[in-house]
Amino acid sequence: MIAIVPFGLIVGITAAKVGFGPVLGIGASAFVFAGASQLAAMALYADQAAIVVAVATALVINARFVMYSAALRAHFQHLSAPARTGLSHLMTDQAFALSIVDFPPQPPDEVRPHRHWFYFGVAFPLFVDWMATTAIGYVAGAAVPDSWGLEFAVVLVFLALIFPAVTDRPSVMAAFAAGVTAVATHSLPYRLGLPLAAVVGITAGVISERRQS
Amino acid sequence: MTGWVIMAATGLGTLLLRSSFTVFVGDRRMPATLTRALRFVPAAVMTALVTPAVFLVDGRLDLTFDNLRWPAAAVAAVVAWKTGNIAYTIAVGMVTLWIAQALL
Repeated sequence: MIAIVPFGLIVGITAAKVGFGPVLGIGASAFVFAGASQLAAMALYADQAAIVVAVATALVINARFVMYSAALRAHFQHLSAPARTGLSHLMTDQAFALSIVDFPPQPPDEVRPHRHWFYFGVAFPLFVDWMATTAIGYVAGAAVPDSWGLEFAVVLVFLALIFPAVTDRPSVMAAFAAGVTAVATHSLPYRLGLPLAAVVGITAGVISERRQS
Repeated sequence: MTGWVIMAATGLGTLLLRSSFTVFVGDRRMPATLTRALRFVPAAVMTALVTPAVFLVDGRLDLTFDNLRWPAAAVAAVVAWKTGNIAYTIAVGMVTLWIAQALL
């Protein structure tokens, strides 16, 4: 809960710094509600990347939600479609991690009907927290002088997110290959080097894993 | 306008990803190849976002101390690795950058 506060502040400050109006800057937090992808999309927007590159990068970052969606499906299946859509929109790393810990593996026919309330109880306060911190960050953003170089804080958020993702040899290979490719291809137009680096990194990870087994 | 298009498309696409199984696909398993590839997405994408911002200055590789971002990022990386805390990583990284800029 506390952990997302600086993240939300940085997202709000960045929205103000890239010149988003208040409706877009704060509204995007409600509509997208996924910090790393919001930061990446805004950074690429400020870099004048192609729209397709900005959106594709943000969506690749959020591709992990497909895994969560598959894992949560059984717990939502008795609900109406609007309820499932609403609960799905509240999906975050934290809400997923905390509710899966409390959802022990069980045969699908033993799914208990009230599990989604536990998930909601974790997910919704995070949403409120996210909206509040982004709004505060947005308002504060105007007061932060450019000389502080706060765009580096965005880089530091991404840096902090690398480490939990790098857990074994194949994921180290994925990170290394993507990092080198991103530097080597940086001069490509519209920041096309970024999706290219992602593909090279993911491929390196898959190959490395296949060699290991 | 471009900003609106980017954020709207990102929001809509993200909702589709989030509801892929809970709303659309239903009772089917994810293909194993996709699961395997998805595992590497965060490591690959985050690193690809970081390295150009840290090592390049005006599009050129700069590993000297004219570029203070890489030493600041190196210090922040140690904090990120040891603590796993975003707030500490930002604080240490920014302060290191400001001190280095003031001294050099």
